[in-house]
Amino acid sequence: MTETIIQGLLLGGLYCLFSLGLSLMFGVMRLTNIAQGDLIVAGGFAAISVAPLVGGHFVMAGVVLLPVAFAVGYALQRTVLNRTLGKDPLPSLVVTFGLSIVIQNALLELYSADPRSLDAGELATGSLNLGGDIYVGTLPLLILVAALACTAGLQLLFSTTSLGRAFRAVSDDREAAELMGLNSAKVYSVATALAFVLIALAGLFQGLRTTVSPADGPLLLLFAFESVIIGGMGSFWGTFVGALVLGVSQQVGFKFDPGWGVWFGHLVFLAVLLVRPNGLFPKTKG
Amino acid sequence: MSATVIRSTRASQATIGIGAALCVVAATLPFWGESSWMREFVEIACYLIFAMMWNLLAGYGGMVSVGQQAFFGLGGYVMLSLGNFLGFNPFLAIPLAALVSALAALPVSRLAFRLQGGYFSIGTWVIAEVFRLSIANVSAVGGGSGTSLTALRGISRATREHTTYWVALGCVVAAIALVYLFLRSKQGLALQAIRDSEVAAESQGVGVARMKLAVYVVAAFGCGMAGALYFVSNLRISPDAAFGMNWTAFAIFIVMIGGIGRIEGPLIGAVVFWALNKFFSDYGTWYQMGLGLLAIAMTLFFREGLGGFLQRRPGFEMLPTRRILKLDVQPATPVPAHTPAAPSQLMPKVSL
Repeated sequence: MTETIIQGLLLGGLYCLFSLGLSLMFGVMRLTNIAQGDLIVAGGFAAISVAPLVGGHFVMAGVVLLPVAFAVGYALQRTVLNRTLGKDPLPSLVVTFGLSIVIQNALLELYSADPRSLDAGELATGSLNLGGDIYVGTLPLLILVAALACTAGLQLLFSTTSLGRAFRAVSDDREAAELMGLNSAKVYSVATALAFVLIALAGLFQGLRTTVSPADGPLLLLFAFESVIIGGMGSFWGTFVGALVLGVSQQVGFKFDPGWGVWFGHLVFLAVLLVRPNGLFPKTKG
Repeated sequence: MSATVIRSTRASQATIGIGAALCVVAATLPFWGESSWMREFVEIACYLIFAMMWNLLAGYGGMVSVGQQAFFGLGGYVMLSLGNFLGFNPFLAIPLAALVSALAALPVSRLAFRLQGGYFSIGTWVIAEVFRLSIANVSAVGGGSGTSLTALRGISRATREHTTYWVALGCVVAAIALVYLFLRSKQGLALQAIRDSEVAAESQGVGVARMKLAVYVVAAFGCGMAGALYFVSNLRISPDAAFGMNWTAFAIFIVMIGGIGRIEGPLIGAVVFWALNKFFSDYGTWYQMGLGLLAIAMTLFFREGLGGFLQRRPGFEMLPTRRILKLDVQPATPVPAHTPAAPSQLMPKVSL
């Protein structure tokens, strides 16, 4: 059982990285990015394509990929997504949904339907002894640490920096923030750019840890979403804990029957929604 | 001063007349048409009904669900179970399956309505996935690989195809009538008020929460009907086909092309979709990418859709659900002949 829970926590680290971008975009501009999962998959494929060009190491692929993701996110928000914002959530939902279909089919055309993975080198096989006969893989542990660092980083960014203050201001009252001299279109674009960096990082780790294939996106979106809701909207630490809860739930389900893992995760999500609709750690805004 | 409420136009009366005539002609199709035409009609009928329900939810109720395939698949499986296990005639099982879907919407709404806006959308998707994964674990209906509708064995192919076609035609007419009459009723007026402003509607005494639930249940009924109909025609069902995301994807496309929040929208969109499908579906991934890009472009630059484009021409409203208030004001002093007042000042048009 300890083994299952540890595996679940490590899986949760990956889910946390899936969900931070979603949480960030929703928190700052109430935009639900339906293409989140497909963008993660696209990030994974991009890393797989870039790695051989920069010497084959995934760290170098990340160094190249993350700034590109920042630029792509900024440009997408500035040119397309800013046009969809408003009281009505419909335009942003339809546009990101359309984007999701475009990405899925573009990946299918470029890479075929076969799952692929990114070579992690010696990290793939390394493991650490946690005392007794419990071992954890180095790579999953690294992912969990990265998730922890990203969560802490985002929370610090929101609470202590002027950029974070701008995020909170446009989130609370866009018009008042604009009267105070903020350019909300720019603030939104920076938020999406940051979200895309997190998405690319998540894709990179997904490609390292398991595989990516063009049809995976929707499921990754659902995991990201469930983590956000289980944890409670508007708090990054809540999202982190939500992701761990989801990871453990799925591992426990897998243990009973390999076909039940995802299903059991969904049920835990629905149970939380029923019993605690505001999540386990409700907070108004980050 | 007298006031009249205009609820129909000459164009709308003509539309209903032409529509009725078309239905009569369409009903005779099995006697002169080819069976491939009937199959095509049944398939597009399912897309149309599903899209109309999505339009009702998203365009009028403000609920952008991407999980309506839950009720589509449920309708299909209930119809199949009633036919295969309980010996019902599958055609008669269609309305029953729709009813079961509507009933299932009641508990499902308790969960889904806890989320708002964009998170409501993804929440409905999770619920549809739970339906899919749960049915995939039921071995009686073939688990993940699905099963066949055996209840129609022993009926000749021609009889089956003709009956399926007539039932599909009946379902389309029923769905259009259901949505049209619903939107023209008092509840429909309340729903359109909610569409325009939820806060204003609430302050006028409209029970917003109750209306939303009613719309959700009606939409589940329609989606269940579409699902049952589709699998009567298809004869084979599997969780991936029944609860597939593509149903919602095509519905969104149909509605955004035709025009969201107007009853003609899905009708126009379905015709466009049928034509695109006929000529471009061989292009596979490129075709799907094109549909996605078209939906994005329509949303960004042409949100009223083709239906809205036509409706802007005065009087050209095929199935009006608005109530237009026409006031005939008698001016106190005769208006001098050389300064005729603009007609708009004399007859302010208030559209509801």
